[in-house]
Amino acid sequence: MRQVNQVKLGEAFIKDTAHRESHDRCLWAARMRRDNVTSAIPEWEEMRTLASDIKRHTLSRLDEYLEEFERNATANGIHVHWAADAAEHNSIVLDILSAHGVKTVTKGKSMLMDECGMREYLGEHGIEVYEADLGERIQQLDQQRPSHIVMPAIHKLRTDVAALFARTLGSDPSNDDPHYLNSVMRAHMREKYKHADAGMSGVNFAVAETGGIVVCTNEGNADISANVPPLYIASMGLEKIVPRMSDVALMVRMLSRNALGFDITQYTSHYHGPRKGQEMHIVIVDNGRSARLSSPDYREALKCIRCGACMNTCPVFRRTSGLSYDAPYMGPIGIALEPSYDLDRYARLPYSCTHCGSCGAVCPVRVPLPEIIFYWRNKVVESGNSMLIHDMEMSAAGMVLKDASNLAKAEKLGLWALRNLPQGLTESQLNPWAREHTNPEPPAQTFRQYYEKNIKPGKKQ
Amino acid sequence: MRIGFFVPCYVDMLAPQVAISTYNLLRRFGLDPEFIEQASCCALPFTDMGYGKKACRLESGLVPLLSGYDHVVVPSGICTDQFRAHFDGIEQTDQVKAIRASVCDPVEFLHDILRVDSLPWAHFPHKVALHNGCHSLRYLLEAKPSELAIPDFSKTADLLGLVDGLEVVYATRRDECCGFGGAFSIWDTSCSGQMGIDKVNDYARNGYRYVTSADYSCLLHQQTIARKHGIDIKTFYITELLNGDARP
Repeated sequence: MRQVNQVKLGEAFIKDTAHRESHDRCLWAARMRRDNVTSAIPEWEEMRTLASDIKRHTLSRLDEYLEEFERNATANGIHVHWAADAAEHNSIVLDILSAHGVKTVTKGKSMLMDECGMREYLGEHGIEVYEADLGERIQQLDQQRPSHIVMPAIHKLRTDVAALFARTLGSDPSNDDPHYLNSVMRAHMREKYKHADAGMSGVNFAVAETGGIVVCTNEGNADISANVPPLYIASMGLEKIVPRMSDVALMVRMLSRNALGFDITQYTSHYHGPRKGQEMHIVIVDNGRSARLSSPDYREALKCIRCGACMNTCPVFRRTSGLSYDAPYMGPIGIALEPSYDLDRYARLPYSCTHCGSCGAVCPVRVPLPEIIFYWRNKVVESGNSMLIHDMEMSAAGMVLKDASNLAKAEKLGLWALRNLPQGLTESQLNPWAREHTNPEPPAQTFRQYYEKNIKPGKKQ
Repeated sequence: MRIGFFVPCYVDMLAPQVAISTYNLLRRFGLDPEFIEQASCCALPFTDMGYGKKACRLESGLVPLLSGYDHVVVPSGICTDQFRAHFDGIEQTDQVKAIRASVCDPVEFLHDILRVDSLPWAHFPHKVALHNGCHSLRYLLEAKPSELAIPDFSKTADLLGLVDGLEVVYATRRDECCGFGGAFSIWDTSCSGQMGIDKVNDYARNGYRYVTSADYSCLLHQQTIARKHGIDIKTFYITELLNGDARP
């Protein structure tokens, strides 16, 4: 089926108790660490407001800041490229790599490159790309998408990784000690780093006033990719720009605290030009972003700094895992972003949400995620992508709820059924409520009936 | 003070005790709440599912019914938020704006407007787990959501603290959604059910038997999931405790 069915994909993960419980526990622990470190900062809520204001301001003058960045980066000796969409991004990257005769690349984590399907594209053109982020490399070896933007393999157990490394790297299948598994990967990747012709990475922040970029990782993988090979290419979505270096200071204070509950990422690296003898390129990618700027309901999603906290806190995400969204971006921000790329394919995603509001409350740049998810539900219905069963339910509900007398009649019928029909019928598989719940106990009378008897003027006790 | 009393459709049919306790509690303060008999539903199911146009039809019908009150008390956090945050498919006339400003749930009405500081009739000498429903918590801000770095407060716990003998306790994952989510509980049964059983197990692990909330929809979900799994919990809407109607 073309349309992604997150409910069905998620159900399989829910039934897998060991994976679900580990996934939920790890991400909830990240959320708890986040609450602890953020509540220790008296000005945290002001920081969120300021970060949001900076992002809004920047988005309102995106063209000016991007051009300022290009001027300064070029003066720093960086080659700057502009890509309108994913295809142009990929062909720009391929051209640069081909011109240098590149055969192998090591690359730090980049959501944008995933969004563009770059690794697959380069693979088709004979260029091997090795993911340098441990989690992302695990996912690459397993031929799966990342399941989380910050913790790409968080849905896996240690035993899964041991089995995967045994199958793909020839390690001991019975040894799932994390230190051992890390050493297996380190030995494997060191060889790739030594021989890589080029390195690539994403960008966390691009600074207009300096023409440099900032890349945040916890493993230093982007740093090896950027510093060892003679060619370094970084790709960024155009919303990654901030006006000043002082804005980076604010965002960096928030990024890792909010993502993982750590004060700062282990590596926060500033690249302001190629090192001696190296060539450095930055590709600035639009891929639908500038079109979205014109939608006031949607624009706010472009403030996202990709911390992943909305995923950690989402009660649906924690129980269903990122793979169930079958998309480059998952969880609440995935629901906000993906339908804007392909409403047909992702028409069901906005319904994988209880509207608990937690994602909006943790967002460091105050993206109103719950409102955007509501916005997409309306768009799904308006565009004719709603499910027939929802249309039917809503039409029926429209008749029942049209006025109080219709409601009273329906209530009477419903309560009669609850009181008189056999449980086997009312709690059969035809009643979706009964899959996880018993039916409610039918009360002796509705409030309306109580009111008629006991309260209605003239009958007051 | 002219008080309108809007009874949500699910309360009317499945949990009339919620409305009865709330009504009788308001009477104790010398008020004469007027039950808005002709109103049926706040339009939440339509807004929730993305059917904005269908929601508008219900909203326009509600405008004349809900006008003219100083306060309209709605015993349900989620329906209160529907009026306050989403009653915007129709033209925002002064009349509509006045309705949206007049709607409040019992916690807000008792805590912020009546400023209740004593409930001499209420007695419940037990530990009661307070489940702040997501809408009461993160949208109506009746207590501090754990995500926010703001000073601690809880209007709901303040009110429960007036009940003689009652000790407010919380699930370990205090603010975690219980998975009801309106149509979500029918649309995504496996996830809704998992979230519900996780919540109910949290109470059970802590040895909590009584659960209260300012949103009975969450409690209906939790209660019927617990029963399906043979877990013994008893749920009370907050006014059942505040009015002294709750029995162990």
